[in-house]
Amino acid sequence: MMFACIHGPSANLLQTAAAFSPSFEQTAPDTVLFRVDGLQRLHGSPRQIAEAIARHAGDKINVAIAETADAAILAARNFPGITVAPSLTGLDVATLPLTAEMAQVFESWGIYTLDQLAQLPETGLAERFGPHGVYLQQLARGAIHRPLKIFQPETTYEDRIELDHPVSLLEPLLFLIARLLNDQCERLLSNAMAANEVTIHLELENRTGHTRTLRLPVPMRESKSLLKLLQMDLEAHPPTAPTLAISLQLKPVHPRTVQTGIFLPITPAPDKLELTLARIRGIVGENNVGLPELLNTHHPHPFRLANAQPKIANPQPPIPNPAFRHYRPALPATVDLDRNRPIRITAPGIHGKVLNAAGPWRTSGDWWTTSVWNRDEWDIALTNGSLYRIYLDSQRRDPNWFIEGSYD
Amino acid sequence: MNPNAARVTTLGLRPDAKIRECLPTGIASLDAMVEGFPRGAISEILGPESSGRTTLVHSLLAASTGRLEICAYVDTDDSFDPVTAAAAGVALSQLVWIRCGHNAGHALKAADYLLHAGGFGVIVLDLCQVPPRISNRIPISYWYRFRLAIENTPTILALAEKEPIAKSCASLMLDLQRKKTVWTGAPGFSLLREMEFEAASRKPVRPATAVFKARALA
Repeated sequence: MMFACIHGPSANLLQTAAAFSPSFEQTAPDTVLFRVDGLQRLHGSPRQIAEAIARHAGDKINVAIAETADAAILAARNFPGITVAPSLTGLDVATLPLTAEMAQVFESWGIYTLDQLAQLPETGLAERFGPHGVYLQQLARGAIHRPLKIFQPETTYEDRIELDHPVSLLEPLLFLIARLLNDQCERLLSNAMAANEVTIHLELENRTGHTRTLRLPVPMRESKSLLKLLQMDLEAHPPTAPTLAISLQLKPVHPRTVQTGIFLPITPAPDKLELTLARIRGIVGENNVGLPELLNTHHPHPFRLANAQPKIANPQPPIPNPAFRHYRPALPATVDLDRNRPIRITAPGIHGKVLNAAGPWRTSGDWWTTSVWNRDEWDIALTNGSLYRIYLDSQRRDPNWFIEGSYD
Repeated sequence: MNPNAARVTTLGLRPDAKIRECLPTGIASLDAMVEGFPRGAISEILGPESSGRTTLVHSLLAASTGRLEICAYVDTDDSFDPVTAAAAGVALSQLVWIRCGHNAGHALKAADYLLHAGGFGVIVLDLCQVPPRISNRIPISYWYRFRLAIENTPTILALAEKEPIAKSCASLMLDLQRKKTVWTGAPGFSLLREMEFEAASRKPVRPATAVFKARALA
C-alpha cells in the first residue's frame, strides 16, 4: 500500500486530495491523507505521483509518500517539499504525540530520536508507559497499518425555496414542500438517518413568518408520511397570508431499531400509527389522543395523556377489579342528608333513594397550589340499581355535591 | 340426487362459516361459556349502568395487552378511568386512549381510522353513556364497514353499550347485569367490597349464564 500526505497552509487541500482519490482522511486542518495505489499507470513512479500532487496543490505544500499512513504524516509534517519512502530514523521524538511526562522521561533516558525509541525493549516500555508507550514505539518503527478515517462532509437538512409569486392555497404549497421533503428524505436515507423533528417556516406576504414544528414520537424518513403530517398540521394551523418563501428543516437522529420476533403479535407500524393518530387529533383535538400515564399523586384525576408511541410492557395477569366510569365533568347533585349521611340523590338523569352508603372518605391536597382539592367521598347504591361515587367539595359553595361517576 | 347434499356434508355449518380464533378474557366462567372474544369480528357488551360492562372491557384489554398487543379505547363520553384499568391489569403503555368529548360522530370516525390502520389487538368503542335515541340513529352501514375492515385481521372490535347497535354484524353479544353487591362492615361503617355480575350470551345463544366477581382491592 502507498499513502500520500499533504501538509501545509493551503486552503484547497481537500480539493487536491479529491482530485487524486475519492476517499481521503483529514487528519488535521492542515494535513490530508489519501491512498495513491493504482496511480502509477496514470502518473508513473511514486516520485512522479508526488510531483503531480505538489503541482496541483501549489507552493508551500509538503508532500510525502510512504508505505504506512502514519509514516506519511510524520514525513509530510517534518520534511519540506517532496519526500518519497522517507527514512524517519533521525527524526526527533518530540515529533510524536508525547505527553509532558513522557518527554521528560525520554530526555532523562537520553532518547532523542525515533531510531533510539524504536530500539528500546517493548516490554519495559509497556511497563513504564502502558499502551500509549507501545503505540509510540510502533509509530517510530513505522509498524502501524491502519485504514483511513474517511472524511465525510457534514450533511445539512435545511432547504429554502423563494417563490416568484405569492401562494395562498395549501395544495400548491404542499407540492413545493413535497419537493423539499423528497430531497431531504433522500439525504436521510443515504446517511442511514431519520428525523424526529420537522420545522417549516413560511415567509408571508404581510412580512410576518409562520413557523410550525412537528415533534415525532418515532423517527421517520418516509417523505409521504412526513408530507401528510405537515399537510394535516397546516390545515389545522393555516398561514395568515400568502406565502413568499418556504424553509424546511429536519432534525436528524438515528433510526429506531426494533428486535422483531416470529412469535410476537403484529402491532401497528409506527409511521402509519402516527399518521392515524394525527388524523384523529384533527377530529377530536390535539390534547385528546395519547397514552394514559398514571401520576404519583393522590389527586382525584392522577393521570395525563402522553403523546408517545405505544411501548410493550411486562405482561400482567388480568385481575377482576370493579371498574369505574367517570362523568366528565362531574354531575352537580342535590343530596338529602340524615345525620350527615346521604339518603336521597337528585341529579340530571339520576335520582333515587340511597340503599347503602360507604363513607365519607376524606381526601385533600395541593393546598399550596391553585388546584387545591378537599372532598368527602361516598360510595352509594341507589334504588335505580346503580352504584355511584359522590363527593362533597368543601372548596366550593352551593352546589357542592357532585356525582363523580359510577361503578360498572 | 339430493340437490342439498353438499350442505348436508357441512355438518350443519354454513359453507361460508368461519372458525375464528378467540381471545380468552381471563374470566374462567365466561371463557367456558363462549370461549372468549372472536378475533376479526365485532362483539357487543350490553347492559345497564353498574352491570359490569366496563369491568369486562378492562378484563378483555388486560388479556390483550398481556399478550403484548396494542389496544385502543375510543371513549365517546370521556369516561375511561386509567386507575381502575391499571388495577385490572391493563398495560397503559400499550393502550391508545381517544377522548371524543361526548361526540358519537367523532368516536365512529376515530374507530374507522383505527380499524383501517390495522395492527391492533382490541379496539373498544365505548358507547355506554350514549342515549339510545342517538345510538339507534347510527347507520347500519357503519357496522358492515367495520366488520369488513377487520374480517381477515386478528383485531377485536368490542362495543360497550346499553342496547344492541351492530345487531346482525356482531358475532358475539353478551348481556350483562349485576347480580349482587357485597358490603362489609357494621352499618354506618360499611365498605363496598365486591360486585357480582351475570353474563348471558345472546349471540351465539347459550342456555347457561356465566357469573363472575369483581373484588375491590383492599
